[in-house]
Amino acid sequence: MEFDLSEEQVMLRDTVRDVLTSTYDVETLRSVTDTDLGWSRELWNSLAEIGILGLVFSEDDGGMGAGPEELSVVMGELGASLAPEPLLGSVIVPGMLVARTADDAIRADIIGGLSSGERLLAFAHTEPGDRWPHAAVKTTAVGGKLTGTKTLVDHGDVADTFVVSARETDGTIGLYLVAADADGLTRSAYRTHDRRRGAQVELTGATGTRLGSGDASQVISDVEVATQSALCAEAVGAMTRALQLTVEYLKTRKQFGVPLATFQALTHRAADMYVSNELAQSMSTYFTAALADGDYDPIIASRAKLQICRSGRHVGQEAIQMHGGIGMTAEYPVGHYVSRLTAISHTLGDADSHLARLSGSVSEWDMVTVG
Amino acid sequence: MQLRFTPSEEAFRTELREFFTTEIPEDIRRRNAEGKTIYPDDIVTTTQILNKRGIAVPAWPVEAGGQDWTPVQHHIWREEMALNFVPDLLPFNAGMVGPVIAQFGNDAQKERFLPITRNLDLWWCQGFSEPEAGSDLASLKTRAVRDGDHYVVNGQKTWTTLGQFAKWIFMLVRTDPDVKKQAGISFLLIDLDTPGIEMRPIQLIDGGYEVNEVFFSDVRVPVENLVGEENQGWTIAKFLLGNERSGIARVGYTKTKLARAKKLASEITTPNGTLLDDPAIASRLADLENQLLALEITQLRVVAGSANGKQNPASSLLKLRGSELQQEAMELLADIAGPDSLPVAGVDAADANGTADVASPEWAQLTVPTYLNYRKVTIYGGSSEVQRQIIDKAVLGL
Repeated sequence: MEFDLSEEQVMLRDTVRDVLTSTYDVETLRSVTDTDLGWSRELWNSLAEIGILGLVFSEDDGGMGAGPEELSVVMGELGASLAPEPLLGSVIVPGMLVARTADDAIRADIIGGLSSGERLLAFAHTEPGDRWPHAAVKTTAVGGKLTGTKTLVDHGDVADTFVVSARETDGTIGLYLVAADADGLTRSAYRTHDRRRGAQVELTGATGTRLGSGDASQVISDVEVATQSALCAEAVGAMTRALQLTVEYLKTRKQFGVPLATFQALTHRAADMYVSNELAQSMSTYFTAALADGDYDPIIASRAKLQICRSGRHVGQEAIQMHGGIGMTAEYPVGHYVSRLTAISHTLGDADSHLARLSGSVSEWDMVTVG
Repeated sequence: MQLRFTPSEEAFRTELREFFTTEIPEDIRRRNAEGKTIYPDDIVTTTQILNKRGIAVPAWPVEAGGQDWTPVQHHIWREEMALNFVPDLLPFNAGMVGPVIAQFGNDAQKERFLPITRNLDLWWCQGFSEPEAGSDLASLKTRAVRDGDHYVVNGQKTWTTLGQFAKWIFMLVRTDPDVKKQAGISFLLIDLDTPGIEMRPIQLIDGGYEVNEVFFSDVRVPVENLVGEENQGWTIAKFLLGNERSGIARVGYTKTKLARAKKLASEITTPNGTLLDDPAIASRLADLENQLLALEITQLRVVAGSANGKQNPASSLLKLRGSELQQEAMELLADIAGPDSLPVAGVDAADANGTADVASPEWAQLTVPTYLNYRKVTIYGGSSEVQRQIIDKAVLGL
């Protein structure tokens, strides 16, 4: 049993933390997320330079060869700083799909481009009417021509290339690379409540390049699990910071002539926030360790995300309440953390949907245990 | 980061499991699984079997009969005891007065008390709480006044768990009323056969008698029964209470209760299948299992981080959540029993719970008394409110 980060992981964490905290305070965050792009190219280049963009890709493909543990470390820092850079949506998720399916030439080209920061991809998978864990994949692939509507494409607004899931004529699912400027592809960009970006993509006979062969369902499932783990780590970073802000506020804010920390009605609720936060940290660590062991188990994913969604709600709502009016304002960070935590809870399954999955399987085991 | 047990830890687990399932009598373990442990016999028998093997008090110092185990090994020992339905050892001996005597006692006290405490030849009870000293323990009033070679003790203790089986009591007494309240307390060992002591049972809401109040009237206690220095009692009490909280999460125990709840729910038929097919019940079970898993991993984090032997303030989290989950498991069992939980015994007031001669199964008859009894776990060992206070002070700096 070893829960501590290795020396290298601590260095990685500190390096990323330095880069992010020297870039973002809440004012900078607001001005950057108010631009059309919604994030900073300059910071993006810094992340590329220190190897963060290529972090999880193999060294043969031009990456750093790190694994789930390192990704969780980085995601935790992104969560703590609220950095809006689309590491997950534009790089990690589509990059993992490519890395697991593409031939050597395509892999080297794309992974190299993603790692250097020159390329931005996006995974176009969900369709109108889909709701996790269900994905209909009605988009069709006929002779390499794709037709269908993909919605809620994370950072699809800036992607130069899409990884598109499509139904083959034999009923299996394939993954295709489609250039954003291909004929027959249009996109509609949008902003999210947590100041991120996305797009809906319409495909009308757009030409795609098949990634690998055979049914891609397992690859998609594995990458979904890895994405959930990264989101859990990000959420823990965010809620930890929201708790810290709340504790600092209770110590400094005075009402009735005394610090708020004088009032047990508040401090006992802060203790409960701490408990929620620690339980979330435990489940995120558990999830990450399972992935590092090569175990991409959707049940473990549901276990972790259920706890993270619950803890995120609890910590987030209490953080706003204990800050009072200031917690409601856009000029104070705590509300932004709550918005981000809410977005994470609605991505790849919220507490209710994960609990439903676990409830449906509850008769398949006698006892839940670690290891 | 590595969340797997090592092969040697797994071998250790297997060895313990083998021992527990072959050496602890099957009827003792079955009674424990069904909530019908016989006091004091089952506990004494179990303790003496474990002690013969040298694993009744592994957390004690090695020279006092403990084991030189890693924190993970201690965790596995606790977990395997629970999963194999080995009854909990008497906490007053194994977790409280034993470690106190080993840490603060003099050589004569160690020699006299440690072997019989370890082997449960001497059953101890705890004299800490008083009618006016609950969470505010340091305000205790029971007086011990020095008179030659004796202390003369007057006062009242309460919530003395299983005191009806005890031969001795370890006490916090006030030896100096004129200083700050924490500074005037001493730790005394008292033979319950000493004249002037009266123990009266307190009936609890489950109908049972597991706690008592104890009255002391001019009780003469030899000064050699003082542990540590006079007025050093508060330091000893803090040491003891810190020990009390580790392991109090009882994750393994709650696991067995949830597994039992699941099994029982799957055996109760409804017009739509079994109770386990009811989405609300399945959801409650899945939810509790998940919360327990999160607590178990948190406990392992605390265990893995406590290799230096220092008390981790996160152990308050374990007590806080562990006690709540024990209660929720008991509540779920009672709700699974449903209307069959209403009958509990024959009409004779002396009849034990679970003896009503009706169609409602015995397990169902026992669920609500147990549920009611378990409301205690968020109160004893430092109430949930005290644990939150510790988290605020020691972790968050509030």
